[in-house]
Amino acid sequence: SLFMMSLPVQEEERYIHANNRPLNLPYQYADNAIRTSKYNVFSFLPLNLFEQFQRLANAYFLVLLILQLIPEISSLSWFTTVVPLLLVLTMTAVKDASDDINRHRSDKQVNNRRVDVLIDGELRSEKWMNVQVGDVIKLENNQFVTADLLLLTSSEPLNLVYIETAELDGTFILKCVFPTGEVRCEPPNNRLDKFKGTLTVNGQTYALDNDKVLLRGCTLRNTEWCFGLVVFGGPDTKLMQSSGKTVFKRTSIDGLMNVLVLCIFGFLAVMCSILAVGNAIWEVREGSVFIAFLPRPNGVNAGFSAFLTFWSYVIILNTVVPISLYVSVEIIRLGNSFYIDWDRKMYYPKSDTPAQARTTTLNEELGQIKYIFSDKTGTLTQNIMTFNKCSINGKSYGRSIGEKTQTVDFTWNELADPKFVFHDPSLVELVREGDLAAQHFFRLLALCHTVMPEEKTEGELYYQAQSPDEGALVTAARNFGFVFRSRTPESIRIMEMGQEVTYDLLAVLDFNNVRKRMSVIVRSPKGKLILFCKGADTIVYERLHPSCLKLKDTTTSHLNEYAGDGLRTLALAYKDLDDDYMEDWRRRHHEANIAMDGKEERLDELYEEIEKDLMLLGATAVEDKLQDGVPQTIEQLAKADIKIWVLTGDKQETAENIGYACNMLREDMTEVFIVAANTAEGVREELEKARRTMCPDAPDKPVVVEARAGLFWRQKTRKVEDEAVNGEYALVINGHSLAYALEKDLELELLRTACMCQTVICCRVTPLQKAQVVELVKHYKQAVTLAIGDGANDVSMIKAAHIGVGISGQEGMQAVLSSDYSFAQFRYLQRLLLVHGRWSYLRMCKFLRYFFYKNFTFTFVHFWYAFFCGFSAQTVYDEWFITLYNLVYTALPVLGMSLFDQDVNDRWSSQHPQLYSPGQLNLYFSKKAFVRCMMHSCYSSLILFFIPWAAMYDTVRDDGKDIVDYQSFALLAQTCLLIAVTIQLSLDTHYWTAVNQFFVWGSLSAYFAITFTMYSNGMFLIFTSTFPFIGTARNSLNQPNVWLTILLTSILCALPVVAYRFTLIQLWPTINDKVRHKVRKEALPAPAPRRPPVRRISTRRSGYAFSHAQGYGELVTSGRFLLRRPQKIRTDRGRGGGEVRRKQSAPKVWMRSR
Amino acid sequence: MQGLLGKPLGRVHWSNKAAKTGPLAHRPDNSAFMQQRLPAWSPMLTTSTVLPFMYCMAVLCLVVGVSLLITVQGTQEMKLDYTEAGTCNNCFQSLKNVSNAGKSCSCRVVFTLEHEFKGDVFFYYGLQNFHQNLRKYMDSRDDAQMVGRKQNLKNPSSYCEPYIRDEKDVPIAPCGAVANSMFNDSFALQYQGQPGDPINTVPLYRKGIAWYTDENVKFRNPPKNKSQTLAQVFEGTTSPPYWQKPVYLLDPLDATNNGFINEDLIVWMREAAFPNFKKLYGVLVRTQEPFTNGLPAGNYSIDIVYNFPVQYFKGRKQVVLSTVTWFGGQNRFLPIAYLVTSGLVFIIAIFLTVIWWKFGKDAKNMNE
Repeated sequence: SLFMMSLPVQEEERYIHANNRPLNLPYQYADNAIRTSKYNVFSFLPLNLFEQFQRLANAYFLVLLILQLIPEISSLSWFTTVVPLLLVLTMTAVKDASDDINRHRSDKQVNNRRVDVLIDGELRSEKWMNVQVGDVIKLENNQFVTADLLLLTSSEPLNLVYIETAELDGTFILKCVFPTGEVRCEPPNNRLDKFKGTLTVNGQTYALDNDKVLLRGCTLRNTEWCFGLVVFGGPDTKLMQSSGKTVFKRTSIDGLMNVLVLCIFGFLAVMCSILAVGNAIWEVREGSVFIAFLPRPNGVNAGFSAFLTFWSYVIILNTVVPISLYVSVEIIRLGNSFYIDWDRKMYYPKSDTPAQARTTTLNEELGQIKYIFSDKTGTLTQNIMTFNKCSINGKSYGRSIGEKTQTVDFTWNELADPKFVFHDPSLVELVREGDLAAQHFFRLLALCHTVMPEEKTEGELYYQAQSPDEGALVTAARNFGFVFRSRTPESIRIMEMGQEVTYDLLAVLDFNNVRKRMSVIVRSPKGKLILFCKGADTIVYERLHPSCLKLKDTTTSHLNEYAGDGLRTLALAYKDLDDDYMEDWRRRHHEANIAMDGKEERLDELYEEIEKDLMLLGATAVEDKLQDGVPQTIEQLAKADIKIWVLTGDKQETAENIGYACNMLREDMTEVFIVAANTAEGVREELEKARRTMCPDAPDKPVVVEARAGLFWRQKTRKVEDEAVNGEYALVINGHSLAYALEKDLELELLRTACMCQTVICCRVTPLQKAQVVELVKHYKQAVTLAIGDGANDVSMIKAAHIGVGISGQEGMQAVLSSDYSFAQFRYLQRLLLVHGRWSYLRMCKFLRYFFYKNFTFTFVHFWYAFFCGFSAQTVYDEWFITLYNLVYTALPVLGMSLFDQDVNDRWSSQHPQLYSPGQLNLYFSKKAFVRCMMHSCYSSLILFFIPWAAMYDTVRDDGKDIVDYQSFALLAQTCLLIAVTIQLSLDTHYWTAVNQFFVWGSLSAYFAITFTMYSNGMFLIFTSTFPFIGTARNSLNQPNVWLTILLTSILCALPVVAYRFTLIQLWPTINDKVRHKVRKEALPAPAPRRPPVRRISTRRSGYAFSHAQGYGELVTSGRFLLRRPQKIRTDRGRGGGEVRRKQSAPKVWMRSR
Repeated sequence: MQGLLGKPLGRVHWSNKAAKTGPLAHRPDNSAFMQQRLPAWSPMLTTSTVLPFMYCMAVLCLVVGVSLLITVQGTQEMKLDYTEAGTCNNCFQSLKNVSNAGKSCSCRVVFTLEHEFKGDVFFYYGLQNFHQNLRKYMDSRDDAQMVGRKQNLKNPSSYCEPYIRDEKDVPIAPCGAVANSMFNDSFALQYQGQPGDPINTVPLYRKGIAWYTDENVKFRNPPKNKSQTLAQVFEGTTSPPYWQKPVYLLDPLDATNNGFINEDLIVWMREAAFPNFKKLYGVLVRTQEPFTNGLPAGNYSIDIVYNFPVQYFKGRKQVVLSTVTWFGGQNRFLPIAYLVTSGLVFIIAIFLTVIWWKFGKDAKNMNE
């Protein structure tokens, strides 16, 4: 990239000669080596220090240090600032260094990966970093894509390349091109979804678009090999261009802290000004006459002295601006992140995936989530479809959820898929006995679909289904003895109970969203013409022959039962056709097909005509398997007053179906509103109608509270208040309606209506819309949002939300890579929020409250002392105490509290989700709490200064000697302070582990040990001017009146707190107090039993939710898929079977809609 | 302000896991620490702990307060402001004139003790409104010089500003504003039981009035060989400008009490924390009658060599006679504070009891 920068002209167009290094050389394109590391050995120290001092906190420290070097101002020795500064700098530098070493290591590893490059007509293995733009390289299956490539050819039919992407999921369909020629294309940029260019081969020019490019960061999958031309290398790749500009997410506490620190700066200035004015007055009235004993330096009058005093007090009172706060906060967050990484209860053994806190700076926000936006597929569901039940000829087969039955043995069927599981042996018996209806049922399933089979070795079948439902159905047929083996555009070859039968495929009446059904017309070897049809029950029922009436009723009751279980149902029907009619129909079909206009309508008419008087066969029920514990998790989260919105790309039916399955939609809800209008007006009407139903008295205009927040109140916030409704409602909104609803003039209407509902499901949403919905809530609710998803289409919302959670262990790591937290199962979200999040928030808030308390108390004592020492910026404490107070004496106890504290343990936490709500309401730390801290500090500091002052006033030691000298008083004041803040810490600590005890007692002991050491003869004799407090500890800590003073200050600091808290608990106990009270009374709750989901009696008409897309019928009959069909043995495609995964095709939708 | 936090601390690689392989390679350890299951004690502010604790505290404070009060009542103290008292008024007036600053002035004040001071009696001088705790003043000293470092004797630290060297560039020993402003009044106490009785000089022991550590560690004379006198050791230095005597002649009576180890100097060098303070001058010697039991009641007079000027800064000078107990001098603040605290705690405890009785007893607030 250095080369690029040195080029005088910005690259406007890239010109590449394929496979010709010498010709490409003059352009000096960046090669494929990447460098993500920031430093090298020599640049580390200067660069890192430079970076660190750019931070305000450190810069402030530096200014303090400079102030301290001015003798007129310096009120503290240099070491009081240098020691903490060095510590902070060192810690950060060590961390930065270790990060950079890791980056170096990963750069080296990536740059040294090997790839085959076509050089001089032969393939040579080269390191990645030596690959040049213009090279042609060969990638093999499961290899990472080396650079941004223009795909030239691949091993797959249609030159399909399957890639698993870090940046994009999906499959690309590509045309074959030849590896010579020239490419002109756009200069490097960061737009992952766009590519523009032309390819000139043999004088012919082809346009290139994004579909013909493989991006670095992806992995080649299911493709034996492919060749590509390097277009962008290393730093120019779209991956590198688009990374590195990640927006740092900040928690609301961060923002609050910044505001508070600014307030504190202001407060510091006020305090120092007061003291400076005090100094001016003192200098005029007293100092001017005291000059006999302390002559003023030349040129210093009262005014100038006040000015100097101002700065001296800035140094002394600097502890109100808590520099070590930032370091401590980071340590606490890091610690709490480790707890997440370490949590066994968030570890998923099946995929060996532990939870991971990928961002360590957002922990406490996990305890404040108000809205969760969840993807459906792969997040709530496992993305696995299972053929669960069926109704054949009026009889239902298959196990009900929760029932325990044996699985069916399919070993009699050699071609059976071993992964397929079914729980009702009677069905197998029925089929094997030769029941005609049952056999016809499975025959239909084996014939009526658009699945592509693949048989690499004899008997080893793989199905490539465009919808997982379909895959599940075909696999079911396969196991029940009707094995779909291969297809040509004109025929389908299946095994029927061990016998090979080939059907002529006469027509595929393809699926679309209006038809909600698909049919095939086949001719059996015996010459019989049959139409097989499967589709939504409502649709199929309309087309049934009247003779099926009775069967229809029983099947309907079965369908309702299935729908109640949350299963996706399809009705199956067939029809025998006669030859003459068929002949005529085919002719008309052909005509319609080649018609220039009105083709679609004419086809639809034809289909409508033939798909009638069907004979009902039965119904299938496919389970879109929910992940474990999803309904329970959602229930618990709902109890914690977290609103869950499902944003899915699926169809409305599918989404609703899952909504019911995971208890988000319930039969007993007052109403479920469905917004599916196609115009802005329609959407507005539907939303308003829903809102009026829920809350008739609500004003027409939303109540928007405008406020200002942030630093200097520059940030405008708008908040739409929550409105109360009676009853439980749910809103289901469709993608196209959502597009209108997200327009400027409707978004508030959408937000109001949606927020009144218990459950919101948005279906058919694009990734952009997902992000827009999140932004909408973020913007107008001022609430903390969390987005959870697993796929590339969730990335935008994961990035938009305050906290993004990625489900790991799925295909495509993109969601995880852009997430802040990742784990393998949706149900871990409960633990992440209700346990880790809550604790983190609690700990952080406790920490902040205590930290501000202890520093303010420390500082205020100086303030009071100023009135006794002529505002001369004399400190109350020993300088060493000032240096070590934050670093040593109080650091570990407060860290211990903020790393270990629990108000109640994890089981109680998850059992009482209500404990979560204080976080959502920001109850534990806010500006109010901060002011309360300051008042408390003020009180404590008054006690801690004036009690020792009065107690020591005019008194002496028990041997008549001095004890009111400055050094003894300093020791007394600092001991009082330390003991008082330690007691306060003990009162704040709710969970005393051995570590806490050790830290607290250890720190106190350390204080006394260090004090005695520093005040010892030896230290004085070696470092005379640094440790002038010799003997003070020995001479004053053996005095009873000193200890009685310490006792009194401790009592007076602690007792009001105890009394106040006790009163609060008695009169207005918080939810925490209540649960803690309960904990004391009851034994540990048993872990919540895994309840089987309650069987719901459904009144829903249909559970139809078939995830099928249009267009595949055409594909299977076109014959295009047969071109260049490779007949090689491949073993790496262990996919398909009883569990059919889905992701492969679904993202296509996303690719288009983006 | 965004940059205030800088870049967040990122991940540190916890590498103890890397070695494991197998299907559960990434499973976190099942340690109590990592799973946040460390055994712990969770105290809570319950009625059964808080109320008894409050009452105990009230009783404790009461006991401490009463016993301290009894103790403090047992001490006796006499304060006498002699700034303008008796004949000292003359001295006070004469010192107002700056030209008389160096001149010695003697005066006498008289007082009567109504009651006998039993036990050890300590003689203090007190200063009011004298800011020994000003930062600049306090820093103006050189501990290294006063601990007897040879090189510091002739080269006082810059901290001693503005009393490092005199106008002839001779180093000052002891340097600094603290030493320069040393209190230099001296006192002689006489006792006369009744008018007409013989006048007894009250013997005051003028040593042992400073901290042991100060006398023995913090303040040492510069090293000298056997043949040298203290004056020779201090040769090449000058005394602080306000001093009337050089540092090696501070105590004309006791040769071992001169130089930096002069106890009056040591006492003075231990700067007071507040502008009103008293410092020990001497202890009653109880070897001879009539002082074996302390100071008898009767008339006393103090002959004062009045040198120290306080009129510039509106200060006052005192002498204080006091007996001490294990609790120190006569300061009634702590006993009273304990009694008041006891009362407050008791009231709070009753208040809490009422609250508990009325609201918290059946824990109905605790129902969710």
